[in-house]
Amino acid sequence: MTGKLLTEPRIARPDDFYDALIEAHRDLDEAASRRLDAKLILLLANHIGDLEVIEQALATARGAAAGE
Amino acid sequence: MPKSYENPRYAYRRAPDQDRAETHHPVIVVGAGLVGLTAAVDLASRGVATLVLDDDDTVSVGSRAICFAKRSLEICDRLGVAERMRAKGITWNRGRVFFRDREVYDFDLLPEPGHNWPAFVNLQQYYAEEWLVARAVELGRTEIRWKNLVAGIEPRGDGVRLTVETPDGPYHLTCDYLLAADGARSTIRRALGLEFKGRAFEDRFLISDVVMKADYPTERWFWFDPPFHGGHSALLHRQADDVWRIDLQLGPDADPEAEKDPGRVIPRLKAMLGPERDFELDWVSVYTFQCRRLERFRHGRVFFLGDSAHLVSPFGARGGNGGLQDADNLCWKLALVLAGRAPEALLDSYDAERIPAADENILNSTRSTDFISPKGAASLALRDAVLELAEHHAFARAMVNSGRLSKPAVLAGSPLNTADRGSFAGELVPGAPAADAPILGKGEDDWLLRHLGPDFTLLVFGTTEGLDPAALHALAEGPVPLRQILVGDGTASSLGLPVLTDCDGLARQRYEGDPGTCYLIRPDQHVAARLHGFDAAALATARDRALGRSPIEANERKAAAS
Repeated sequence: MTGKLLTEPRIARPDDFYDALIEAHRDLDEAASRRLDAKLILLLANHIGDLEVIEQALATARGAAAGE
Repeated sequence: MPKSYENPRYAYRRAPDQDRAETHHPVIVVGAGLVGLTAAVDLASRGVATLVLDDDDTVSVGSRAICFAKRSLEICDRLGVAERMRAKGITWNRGRVFFRDREVYDFDLLPEPGHNWPAFVNLQQYYAEEWLVARAVELGRTEIRWKNLVAGIEPRGDGVRLTVETPDGPYHLTCDYLLAADGARSTIRRALGLEFKGRAFEDRFLISDVVMKADYPTERWFWFDPPFHGGHSALLHRQADDVWRIDLQLGPDADPEAEKDPGRVIPRLKAMLGPERDFELDWVSVYTFQCRRLERFRHGRVFFLGDSAHLVSPFGARGGNGGLQDADNLCWKLALVLAGRAPEALLDSYDAERIPAADENILNSTRSTDFISPKGAASLALRDAVLELAEHHAFARAMVNSGRLSKPAVLAGSPLNTADRGSFAGELVPGAPAADAPILGKGEDDWLLRHLGPDFTLLVFGTTEGLDPAALHALAEGPVPLRQILVGDGTASSLGLPVLTDCDGLARQRYEGDPGTCYLIRPDQHVAARLHGFDAAALATARDRALGRSPIEANERKAAAS
């Protein structure tokens, strides 16, 4: 399983998704917010399950990939 | 000084060498600690006399390395001390991990039956050292000189010259080979000016031994952020004599001197053990740790073993166990080189094999440390997220890292290995330590590993069909002794080979030992080569390779012999 990180639009209702993300953090303090993000990353990363894709995402997030 | 154990005092005795200009010894070991003594006893078991120099006059002060891993027990069994360790120590296979007030995860380190040795035996380091000293005396080839401090060394092309300080003043020695097993603050390493590269960690840990009667199960218990020691980690381990090891993380700002005060330690322990539990504080120390190693472990005729060569954090029990494997790896090679049966180039494989092993230990212990004492808010959030998810989700349990416990190094990239011929699927790749299995030898219950070594061993599985007695004889008469053993159901013709009966079929299963399969096992019980079907020429080539002979040298030898 060695895929490529997909960065074209894939979420049907992007505003709903973004809203859900913000909503999940409502009323949480800084530490709890960070823990929520961390759990989300762990759950989604395990769902993806492909270390190469995750490494591409990490590089993209850090701005290391060309053109980002 | 612990109260539960009285350190033996070994007397300093003036040696005749001290009245001589410069006495020569083939092998000198510096440091009569766990690793130095293991090396001396291993060499003695192979007929090699050594002189051991130690600056102190006793064994380990404090329990220190307490977790002896399965591979270490197998090594100690070959050296003749492991049964004592098992009888006195605490056998365990299971670990439990708690987060705050809940158990999140447990693991069994030896989930299958059919092994002589458990995943771990916990035993205070001083017992192991005391029994190794006794074993060395029993074998009669080791001279240990206590209160002999190596003050200077001078490497030479073909050996080393030493200056040794004693209560009677200094004297000089020379040797062909020097084994530096003189610990984390190795004087030999400093004398040679060698760089010790790596990371130091800031977090301080309180390590304490308490004596108490408690019926906790014999398991390794690890807590992240427990109610009794909020924000930090704790570890509980049972040792012999009702001594329990408790490690408490203190954080980077703790004052190491103040934290050692019993007035400070006892309330911390009471919080953990409960107010009703009677205990006595036996030994306490505050430490930080480092992950470092020398760039190379061999420097000409000087070899570094154990903590003098590499340091790891304690999580994972990879310090002492790594050091025992260093000794196990070097000693058979040195014995063969000293006997003129292998070229000196064989000794280079110590670096080729033990440096990757040290790196594996450093990598694992660094990762454990990063999980146990996360740096910064993001690392802490990720760590706590893993722990919170672990209670309900299996995927997160696999990430919980309270120490990846010592496993034997698989010397997969070793130049001494011969690539597989034929297809094998399992874990016993060339370089791996041989697997144990229950067997019957001469009708008695026994274990396969007890029959591997001290020489090279050829294991033939199932049948002697296709074996050529003349070729077997030629293999046995090669440059080194080669034991030959048939592992089977006890019904096949053995051609005169000793037979081990694979009573439960586990040897066949673990070795993928279809009839005719052959394994060449090194003197340290690691696999050198495996092949389906007997082939004397291939086995001789594999043996030469495992002896550090290049094919060219081996051919020249053959030509010279014919």
